[in-house]
Amino acid sequence: MLARLKGKWTYFVIAALLLFLILIPFNWSLGQYTVLMIFIGLFTMVTVGLCLLLGYTGQVSLGQATFYGTGAYISAVLSKICGVNPWLAMLIAAVATGAFAYVIGYPIFRLRGNYLAVATLGLGVIVYILLRQLGPGGPDGMAGIPYLSIGGFVFDTSFKRYFLVWFFCLAVLLISQNIVRSRTGRALRAIHGSEAAAESIGINVDQFKVKIFVLSAVYASLAGSLLAHQMSHISPGSFSPLVSIIIVVMAVIGGLASVWGAIFGAATVSILKYELLLGFGEWDIVIYGLILMLVMIFMPEGLFVRLRELYGRWRLRYAQRGAET
Amino acid sequence: MSADQFLQYLISGLTIGSIYALVGLGFTIIYAVTRIINFAQGEFVMLGGMLSFYLISAAGIPLGPALILSVLIAAAIGAIMYLLAIRTARKASVVSLIIITIGAAVFIRGIVGVGWGVDAVRPPYFTGYKSISFLGAYIHPQDLWIIGTTLVVVVLLHLFLSYTMVGKALKACAISPVAAGMVGINPRAMALIAFALAAAIGGIGGVVMAPSIGIDFNDGFKLGLMGFVAASIGGFKSPIATVIGGLTLGIVVSLAVGVDWGPFTSAYKDAIAMTVLLLILLIRSGRLAAEERES
Repeated sequence: MLARLKGKWTYFVIAALLLFLILIPFNWSLGQYTVLMIFIGLFTMVTVGLCLLLGYTGQVSLGQATFYGTGAYISAVLSKICGVNPWLAMLIAAVATGAFAYVIGYPIFRLRGNYLAVATLGLGVIVYILLRQLGPGGPDGMAGIPYLSIGGFVFDTSFKRYFLVWFFCLAVLLISQNIVRSRTGRALRAIHGSEAAAESIGINVDQFKVKIFVLSAVYASLAGSLLAHQMSHISPGSFSPLVSIIIVVMAVIGGLASVWGAIFGAATVSILKYELLLGFGEWDIVIYGLILMLVMIFMPEGLFVRLRELYGRWRLRYAQRGAET
Repeated sequence: MSADQFLQYLISGLTIGSIYALVGLGFTIIYAVTRIINFAQGEFVMLGGMLSFYLISAAGIPLGPALILSVLIAAAIGAIMYLLAIRTARKASVVSLIIITIGAAVFIRGIVGVGWGVDAVRPPYFTGYKSISFLGAYIHPQDLWIIGTTLVVVVLLHLFLSYTMVGKALKACAISPVAAGMVGINPRAMALIAFALAAAIGGIGGVVMAPSIGIDFNDGFKLGLMGFVAASIGGFKSPIATVIGGLTLGIVVSLAVGVDWGPFTSAYKDAIAMTVLLLILLIRSGRLAAEERES
């Protein structure tokens, strides 16, 4: 009974979320937040990948901004300089970034825990420096990247782009949810629990880790490509190692092992960064630091998951009280 | 590259390598005693440098006492970080601890950025600014201070670990916390000492380097990564190995940047260090995996 109720509730929440998402750009008072919502959508895509890797599989990556950056730059260079169709550029970027993650995945996942964290961080530093030095435009980045279009319909206003980004974002969320609930998802959780135990029941631990790493890289690459074709201007600063850390903050707030929590995490951080603390100097990173420490000390399962748990407990108590009377 | 140039790069490599070594020592001490990689280690270097500047220029404290005070404050912040953030997170997983120390790093960086602004500062040189000529190369007095301080720190640290009761207790804890507990050593007290000591050594690094190249609130991150590379070249084992690791890294980076490779300008310094790091980690990955399983 409770399980069925829970299932219904999930669909209700998702439907409400969809309705809310659709209505935002049409509402004149919320419409001003369309650009903010675009960023929330992009960061959600990157964060979901990290949630699969960090929350479900237990593998830390401090370099997700790397793939966000390679996606954006490959897309930008191909479409602007080589004149490739933006959609094709986006596809090539995703494939190339996925291949890059695959090639470095096998050696890097021979490392665990602390060393894996540092290795991914180091990789992020290397790619960031290369983008600054060798990327077109250097530290200033490149402008004039073509917009995406379908036939004659060009995504040239934030109103149009909003729907494009959230289409991709929801697709990524649904794919991730299916993965989590599949055989693969159970394998990932087994790896999180104990690698030795997972291996002993026939799970190819290394292969699953690399697969999820590649998937997270492809998500980040798609988000990066969308960013490049949205803003038509990108610079290396958007993909610095600090951005990788901010993505970890989003995952931590979202509740590491929760696909839908990623929206919550991305939204919280984006609203803090672009709305509440805009113009307040470095206060945003002070708050990120506090969030990281407090959440990991007091609710290591993540803020969103913890809140959901508390809500579930409250509902259960409510239901019991109802049954008694 | 002529012999003079080579010597010049060697000297600058030793100087910058000394700083990496001091940061690396902090990583090594904390890792040995607690098996935690403290991602906030670089922030203590930044704190040391910033504190010394503000104590000297804003508070008007004379150089000597200001330097000592900076190091003590850094050590106190290290101890507070352990008590508030690490000790409260009991039974935290490795991943949780990584995120907690990153949180501490970002927090410290943010507080400094808010409080003192984002501009680089540069405290005065300890003694003079006239470079000394040495076998056709030039060496700055502050560089001598940096190299000298590092040597003194590592010798003192070695003596402390080998000949004092607390030092031996730290070593015992590094070998086996359980066995150390059985002979009456409190592993938590040792962890507290390790964090304070590591922060103090980081602070010393910041204090000696800041006059030479200046420091801003953002520098902790990069310095921390470099220190980590130094410590991993040394294998997180002994202080001496870490110092050798730091000096090697400094010289490699300095020579690599010095060689005229066309597009390879000094901007690639960090990229070279990170490549060294990745190579070391991957070469040693088998052994490192075994180590992680053990702990």
